[in-house]
Amino acid sequence: MKLELRGITKRFGAMVANDKVSLTVQPGEIHCLLGENGAGKSTLMNVLYGLYQADEGEILLDDEVQKFAGPGEAMAAGIGMVHQHFMLIPVFTVAENVILGHEPTKFGGVLDLKQARDKVRELSNRFGFDIDPDAIVGELPVGVQQRVEIIKALISDAKVLVFDEPTAVLTPQETDELMAIMKQLRQAGHAIVFITHKLREVKEVADRITVLRLGKVVGEAKPTDTAEQLASMMVGRAVDLDVNKGAPKLGKKAFVVEGLNAWNEAGTQVLFDVSLDVHEGEILVIAGVQGNGQTELTEVILGAHARTTGKVSLDDQDLLGKSIKQILDLGLGFVPEDRTQDGLVGEFTIAENLILDRSDRKPFAKGPSIQPKVVREFAQEKLKQYDIRAQSIDSTAKQLSGGNQQKVVLARELSRDLRLLVASQPTRGLDVGSIEFVHDQIIAARDSGIPVVIVATELDEATQLGDRIAVMYRGKIVGIVPADTPRTVLGQMMAGVA
Amino acid sequence: MKNNRIVREILNTSASTTVFAVLASFIVGGVLIAVANQDVQTAVGYFFNRPGDTFAALWNAVSGAYAAMFRGAIYNYNAHDFANGISPITDTLAFATPITLAGLGLAVAFRSGLFNIGANGQIIFGAMLSGWVAIYVQAPVYVLFPLAVLAGLVGGAIWGGLVGLLKATTGANEVIVTIMFNYIAVYLLGYLLKTPVLKAPQSINPVSLPVQNDAKFPLLFGSDYRLHAGFFVMLAAVAFVWWLLNRSTIGYQFRALGHNPDASKVAGINIGMTYILVMAISGALSGLAGASQILGTERVLTTGVAASYGIDAITVALLGRSKPLGVLAAGILFGALRAGAVTMQANQNVPSEIVLVVQSLIVLFIAAPPLVRAMFRLPKVVKA
Repeated sequence: MKLELRGITKRFGAMVANDKVSLTVQPGEIHCLLGENGAGKSTLMNVLYGLYQADEGEILLDDEVQKFAGPGEAMAAGIGMVHQHFMLIPVFTVAENVILGHEPTKFGGVLDLKQARDKVRELSNRFGFDIDPDAIVGELPVGVQQRVEIIKALISDAKVLVFDEPTAVLTPQETDELMAIMKQLRQAGHAIVFITHKLREVKEVADRITVLRLGKVVGEAKPTDTAEQLASMMVGRAVDLDVNKGAPKLGKKAFVVEGLNAWNEAGTQVLFDVSLDVHEGEILVIAGVQGNGQTELTEVILGAHARTTGKVSLDDQDLLGKSIKQILDLGLGFVPEDRTQDGLVGEFTIAENLILDRSDRKPFAKGPSIQPKVVREFAQEKLKQYDIRAQSIDSTAKQLSGGNQQKVVLARELSRDLRLLVASQPTRGLDVGSIEFVHDQIIAARDSGIPVVIVATELDEATQLGDRIAVMYRGKIVGIVPADTPRTVLGQMMAGVA
Repeated sequence: MKNNRIVREILNTSASTTVFAVLASFIVGGVLIAVANQDVQTAVGYFFNRPGDTFAALWNAVSGAYAAMFRGAIYNYNAHDFANGISPITDTLAFATPITLAGLGLAVAFRSGLFNIGANGQIIFGAMLSGWVAIYVQAPVYVLFPLAVLAGLVGGAIWGGLVGLLKATTGANEVIVTIMFNYIAVYLLGYLLKTPVLKAPQSINPVSLPVQNDAKFPLLFGSDYRLHAGFFVMLAAVAFVWWLLNRSTIGYQFRALGHNPDASKVAGINIGMTYILVMAISGALSGLAGASQILGTERVLTTGVAASYGIDAITVALLGRSKPLGVLAAGILFGALRAGAVTMQANQNVPSEIVLVVQSLIVLFIAAPPLVRAMFRLPKVVKA
């Protein structure tokens, strides 16, 4: 089935999320929708899926104009969506999940599960999914769960398949497998829309590429274009994708973790015998698929985790048992994973946010009073130094773009006397330009002799930024390897295979 | 937490919405006054014969009531001399003193993300402790008076701080705890007023001895006027809260906590300690309201010492958007309503409860900004 979007415009108040976007996807073709966060990719797909109504423009399937009042109608017309966050019920079996919403029934309203099981088996065999229809979904690995999502779309006879950032939650191996599946689906004649901002994946599977920027189609690109060319189209200016960093000048071993165990509030063990060390002037990347204990590890370093055993020390001072404030005072710079939740107070101004962890310290405070003049001067200086794009230092943090928010966090953390920098997914959700800036800042911190710990979920970031890479899997350190370790090896380690 | 989000939303309403909410409340109040009026009801009976009578009666009822309220609350233009004429405004300020103090206390808590609705209990505790000192402690005036005021402050701080302590250590929801603490305070006062601890020895009623003269807030314009020196304490508290929230380091931490507890924690702010501090300061301000009541207005302890100030304070803090000057303005408005209600009832036979209706309507209108916006066709404030 051929999908055509013609001049789709979608506005939210004064904001134009999609501006006359046109797109054609032929059967047997993988069409990549490339764009930064906020470029309007998801909005466009939500229009296609009937979740939003377009203000202008039309959707055509095989040259027939369609009107979708909701996802149900879109599905019935043959559009299937594989969501970034799976829409599956974890306690149901695969078969029960895939028939949800259009359950086959026998006489008397009895559920016909056998029919569903057969269908799952048939599809699984045809595409080599290797899925047991009676497996409980919640017990399956993430990559397999995604295949269940795909089967769910296929079972309702979807001819047009939309993959919305499908690789965000996958290990490198699972990503490769997904690419293979997509190619198979292409062979079977499906029209595929693949939404992503990862250039490597685009280049691997795309037949055609449409680049979106600020809600508009800026042009088509070819899979043979270089990653730099694609990135510049996405950002709208020339970008340098390589991280420029020299060889590390290692100092003494400054940050040491030994035999660290940690338990969460519910009493489940989340870290198992974690040991690592970082030298002055070195970046250690903690790589792993999200949710394998990295968050907990950074929380322990910060002092936000109560139930721990083992040893964490910075410059021979024990960190375990100290309060967050004490640890920050020892010189920890902390860039949290979720900056809007843990890094910034959205309603506070930039100036106020810049002193969040030093509001009662000199020179920002004198006795019990805050010194507004000092705070403002400091903010002006940082605004310039970190190129924070805002109307003024009195703009609130939530008015800023993600990249500028992260710059505020970095400006705050890096302007203290640091003995250790811990940054959790510091470029998550940032545009290419901001990523460049954040990387440069982190490397500058390293070069000034600070030990740096970075949590990364993307292999590219891990290998580019790290001097060494520690791979985490299910709360354990699988191994600590040099940064030039091949991707395949790292991928296997991240999947817990090695 | 949901209730905190609603409070935050209310605190974010625009100034114009607040003004229109007050205006709308008076309009609806006027309708109620008109409907309840005897003359209007009679005139409506022969509306089609002489419609003019109905309109005249309507006008007389509403304008008469609000004019009486003005005479009772601001300036009595019917008075024989200027001294009597300004008496109402001093009444208004006297009423406004405890309401504003307690309102400031709640404002501090609201800005810190804590929905403290325990002003009632905190006022009672302040009044109890302050009253006990003022009645029984023997000391020269320059010791006794400050001590009595301080006792009120400490009483409220303890009663509020305990809530903070419970929240910090057990995670107890402050809304539920403060409600329960209100009951405890009310009944504890009632109990103590029946025991020799507070009850006057000769009395059969639950009433304490009067406070010693040395412990009283001096009356500002002599015994004909209710306004007492507690008014200046209240003004000082307004200035203090402004400094606390806008200029002090702990106030900064309070606000950070109020907006985003997670980021505050990561920034090294001791959340538990801050909860305790917020509630103690919040309670202390309500405790001062209690001291102002017992040392300035009531002069004996009864179970009614807190009146409805604890509840009014919630409205005042919300109406003033938890900003010190806003709370002051709202406090004076509520003082005026209270002072005016008496005259309105005595003069125009309008039940003073109509003032309660107006006060409640204000809350309703503020809590429903979309309604107010729609009524007055205000544009929706879009924050980027």
